[in-house]
Amino acid sequence: MGHPQYEVTQGQVLLDGEDVLEMEVDERAQAGLFLAMQYPSEISGVTTSDFLRSSINSRREEGDEISLMKFIKEMDEALDYLEIDKNMAQRYLNEGFSGGEKKRNEILQLMMLQPEIAILDEIDSGLDIDALKVVSKGINKLRNDNFGCLIITHYQRLLDYITPDQVHVMMQGRVVKSGGPELAQRLEAEGYDWIKQELGIEDETVGQNA
Amino acid sequence: MTVETKLPYDQEYIRSFSENQNEPNWMTDLRIQSLQLADNLEMPKPDKTSIKRWNFHDFKHDVEGGEISSLEELPEDIQVFLDMKAKNENLLIQRNQSVAYQSIASHLEEQGVIFTDIESALRDHSELVQRYYMKDAVQIDEHKLTALHTALMNGGSFVYVPKNVQVEEPLQAIFWQEDPEAASFNHVIVVAEENSSLTYVENYVSSNTEEHAVANIVTEVIAHDNAKINFGSVDNFASGTTVYVNRRGVAYRDAHIEWNLGQMNDGNTVSENITNLIGDNSYSYAKTVSVGRGNQSQNYTANIKHYGKQSEGFILQHGVMKDDASSIFNGIGKIEHGATKSNAEQESRVLMLSKGARGDANPILLIDEDDVTAGHAASVGRVDPIQLYYLMSRGISQQEAERLIIHGFLAPVVKEIPIEAVQNQLTEVIERKVY
Repeated sequence: MGHPQYEVTQGQVLLDGEDVLEMEVDERAQAGLFLAMQYPSEISGVTTSDFLRSSINSRREEGDEISLMKFIKEMDEALDYLEIDKNMAQRYLNEGFSGGEKKRNEILQLMMLQPEIAILDEIDSGLDIDALKVVSKGINKLRNDNFGCLIITHYQRLLDYITPDQVHVMMQGRVVKSGGPELAQRLEAEGYDWIKQELGIEDETVGQNA
Repeated sequence: MTVETKLPYDQEYIRSFSENQNEPNWMTDLRIQSLQLADNLEMPKPDKTSIKRWNFHDFKHDVEGGEISSLEELPEDIQVFLDMKAKNENLLIQRNQSVAYQSIASHLEEQGVIFTDIESALRDHSELVQRYYMKDAVQIDEHKLTALHTALMNGGSFVYVPKNVQVEEPLQAIFWQEDPEAASFNHVIVVAEENSSLTYVENYVSSNTEEHAVANIVTEVIAHDNAKINFGSVDNFASGTTVYVNRRGVAYRDAHIEWNLGQMNDGNTVSENITNLIGDNSYSYAKTVSVGRGNQSQNYTANIKHYGKQSEGFILQHGVMKDDASSIFNGIGKIEHGATKSNAEQESRVLMLSKGARGDANPILLIDEDDVTAGHAASVGRVDPIQLYYLMSRGISQQEAERLIIHGFLAPVVKEIPIEAVQNQLTEVIERKVY
């Protein structure tokens, strides 16, 4: 997404034929990309509601901003759907939020912004089972033919609530195995060792050669 | 090199100025005595800021301003401080050094509440003013500027709330320096008697960018036992005015004083905000936000002194610096011997928007008692790139993201300003100063 502390050293990223790496961070979002952060920033003095409205309006033309009434209605619906306390809208963005609240807030943003492509980076880490269900419910609601979602996880647990279309296993920074939902189930039952054996990999972390 | 600061105002001038205002004799005497003191007193020496070359001598002292019969006569840039649709029942507008407009709700008057300009108060409530004028809060001989202030005082307001009276509506004073060279030697006294409460908001406005003027302001805020005072201000002197502003609070037993100061001057400024927590269980929260731009130099001190047991003091100072502006933020929590179980907390943060800007946050805790709690946080830095990235990753442009972060940074004071029109005005001033 263009995190200031990361540099892309090779490869390319295309979205509808456009070079994403040439775009500024805000342009990537305006082009329809969304990244749910593992560690969302806390921003004091900026309410969640003001932030969301600015975000929505950034994808709209000047003069075509979302009306306050429509915005409040949509936000209230999304808050209800994600079982989030309405107070969150007036609290400062992520400030003093628990881990679970931050993750729900990321999904709230996802639902309100409706991007074409979303990347959810370990959205399930640190979530209790109820929060996990709610987050999954939010993601499932967005499923349609115009929405693509890449979910990164270490656990199969999330996939009890979200049935993936495709599963890819990454080791050493590469996709080493692909399949349907049944692949995730086998991983949960048997672990990763059988893939490592199959491929002759001893250490699965990035930078190790087979 | 020290600039010679001999003022063209002598005893004769001051005597006739005082007599023209029909001031009580004690006031005339006090002025003359202060003028004599001023000769031998040193200028204040704010920490890390040299004020030797600042203009404290070039100004016009005696400038009248006309009355207005309705608020509609006010120019647009003064009207913005008012909710023009509301009744504005508790309002004082001072134009240069004259009262342009004044009103107080009749139900408050009936309860003995006084809200008037300082000269009227000197004539109508002489003893009450004398009881508090440069007595319990600020001393005349602290330095040359406090003495000169007393000698040359030419405006201000007087607020008095009797015992057990709760004033729900905010009292608002607008000090409008219409004449570009008119000096403001304003004296503001706010007194809340036992078990009373009030909210007071003041605005200082001038528009002199070429002409020189001086503001030398003393404000004394006294909260008697169990009284609550919420004091808000938006200072917006233009770049031509050198400002010395001294706001001092005294809180007795169980009393609360809250300061919400939006210090948006464009000229060189020394601001001193000291609160003495005299009584047991007294409390103060001193918040200030400021924006520096151009090549102005500013020095802010927020100091809470704990004398009473279980007294609590909180200081928050947030400053945004751009261009070549420089600012020093001193936060001082002082716990005197005997003030057991007191708590002194403070936070000073400076956000720098350009290479040439300078900011310094000095947290100081002076503690002469064992059984206390205290803490401080201070930082000087730029807009956090990770925060920017997060906002931009939702489509918000860099400029808008920075704007959100800066307004958020100054929000602690902005959202506490009790009059909506003044709050909006403060937001607008911030917007204008930052962009």
